[in-house]
Amino acid sequence: MKASGFPYVVPMLMLSVAFFATPLAVLVGFSFSGPGGATVEHYGRFFGDAFNFRVLVSTARLGLETVVGTTLLGVPIALLYWHSGRTTRQVIIFLTLIPMLTSNVVRTFAWIVILGRQGPISEALMALGLTGSPISLMFTEFGLLLAMCQIDLPLIILPLVAILSRTPVQFTEAAQVSGAGPWRILVTVLLPLMLPGLLAGWILVFASTSSSFVTQAVIGGARNVYVPQLIYREVGTLFDWPLASAIAVVLLVSTGCLLVAMTMISRHRRLVGHA
Amino acid sequence: MPDIATVADRKRLSVRGVTHSYGGQNAVSEISFDVEAGEIVALLGPSGCGKSTVLRAIAGLIQPKAGRIVLGDDDLAHISARSRGIGMVFQNYALFPHLTVSENIAYPLACQKVPRGERKARVEEMLALVRLGDYGNRLPRELSGGQQQRVAVARAIAARPSLLLLDEPFGALDRALRFDLQVELLHLQKTLGITTLIVTHDQEEAQSLANRLVLMNKGNVEQIDTPMAVYDRPKTLFVNTFIGQANMLHGTFTELQTASTNIALDNGFPLNLPRRLNFTVGSKVTVTVRPEEVRLSSQPGENTLPATVTVSVPLGPTLVHDMVLADGSGLRASEVRGPSTLIPEPGMTIFAEIDTARCHVFPAVPESMPSTER
Repeated sequence: MKASGFPYVVPMLMLSVAFFATPLAVLVGFSFSGPGGATVEHYGRFFGDAFNFRVLVSTARLGLETVVGTTLLGVPIALLYWHSGRTTRQVIIFLTLIPMLTSNVVRTFAWIVILGRQGPISEALMALGLTGSPISLMFTEFGLLLAMCQIDLPLIILPLVAILSRTPVQFTEAAQVSGAGPWRILVTVLLPLMLPGLLAGWILVFASTSSSFVTQAVIGGARNVYVPQLIYREVGTLFDWPLASAIAVVLLVSTGCLLVAMTMISRHRRLVGHA
Repeated sequence: MPDIATVADRKRLSVRGVTHSYGGQNAVSEISFDVEAGEIVALLGPSGCGKSTVLRAIAGLIQPKAGRIVLGDDDLAHISARSRGIGMVFQNYALFPHLTVSENIAYPLACQKVPRGERKARVEEMLALVRLGDYGNRLPRELSGGQQQRVAVARAIAARPSLLLLDEPFGALDRALRFDLQVELLHLQKTLGITTLIVTHDQEEAQSLANRLVLMNKGNVEQIDTPMAVYDRPKTLFVNTFIGQANMLHGTFTELQTASTNIALDNGFPLNLPRRLNFTVGSKVTVTVRPEEVRLSSQPGENTLPATVTVSVPLGPTLVHDMVLADGSGLRASEVRGPSTLIPEPGMTIFAEIDTARCHVFPAVPESMPSTER
């Protein structure tokens, strides 16, 4: 047997147990706690309210829409990276990483300016004569989606770039010589080769969108409520900690299920090994 | 099984004056050669000589700056890579890792809209042809290197191309396997009669596969000839040293007679060649001698150089002697080993007799002459 690396992970393990596993266990415990012992009453309260269920659905929808949006934006950027020389590659990586290194609050305020009534989107639509009066995308789901796509874009570009930088260009050349056109190459060669990276990116984007709070609260406003805000309301306003815990567990389990499903897909024999 | 040989479309490839440059530097200039219908030709040269550039231009993966490439009756200049009807085996095979062996072979057929039923039959036929009948459902990474190479060949010929291009197809295989697969490829090519161009830096591979060799160096064609002619009658010093081994002796052209030539070697010894050569007296020349054209003897004689033996190595049926001449330069000789062959002791002084009838003389080149690869 190889020498065990266990002693080296002990510090990290202790940190994890003390500050992650234990609070999580407490949280789960809270969600089942009642005045007369263990109960599923809080879950019943959550699912019993049609509003809560709608919030759950719209959270999942926002996550999926962001996944689609970041994929449509990220795949072309990743392919551009693949075909570029050294300098262009560095520029692409730099531009991808900059938003990640910017404070979330700053990013969100920038989006307020862009989406607002006097913002560039509104001004451009006015100048083109597409709309008579200034419009605001603030507090709309579409505006929020735009912001989320920008904020989460690095999460899909980075895994794709990691995969593509290990993929030789010969694959597209082989397809080309075989008689495949550009679209066929994209669908039958490039996307399958990128799939492991896409799966990783999708997991990250979905988890990030469905659990982030600041952007949703500021750009989505009070009318667009998502699960994280619901939890915040229960904790901060209504002081219903058991219900808040129950919602948190529901969010955790549903995101977890998706994660497991994606991981199982990425274990498919056609996807293993080549990337 | 339909007879592929009668279906395959034999076409002649003609490359005329192809020139290409990357970033202002000429990668290849004025490359011209032909591959007759059904012939195998090898583009041979050291790495970086531009042979892959020529291959990629033929495949349509790059657009050469100048020159014409004609396949059969078609000028390929305005035909895109996907419509050229060429099969290509890539250096690392470029098998699609997410597709099974069968799907990989069917890929060009699908691209060319071959009906589904026929596609299946053709894949079976190809699998049988490369003797991988039971491997159709495997993924490329589940195959050995040699099997992957055969799948790559099957994919390249599945759509019945009129030209087969191979880019260092045996480079990634170990030596023992390489020879078997070369024989197999030769057999396949003979059956199909497909016009084939193979790019390699391995002279043995080129010699064992090709009818003719196109030798390239630094973006230029140095010689086009049969493997034997290239070995026996090299046109340039590069060809002489790249194909097989050659000792180089530097000297000066001293005297020209009707049927003989005198050369004074820089190390002080004269050489007398029994033929007339076209050099001006006094010009610097390089004489090349293959190891098998050097005979060892214990007595000094005509065209003989004294040398000290450094080491004698038996390589199978031959015995290779490495020697040092008086001026410090090396000389190598090889002879067929017999039961009574004397193996000289290292350090022994011996006389190396040069076979002047078979050695070659080239104009001397500056010291920067590229050395051989092996």
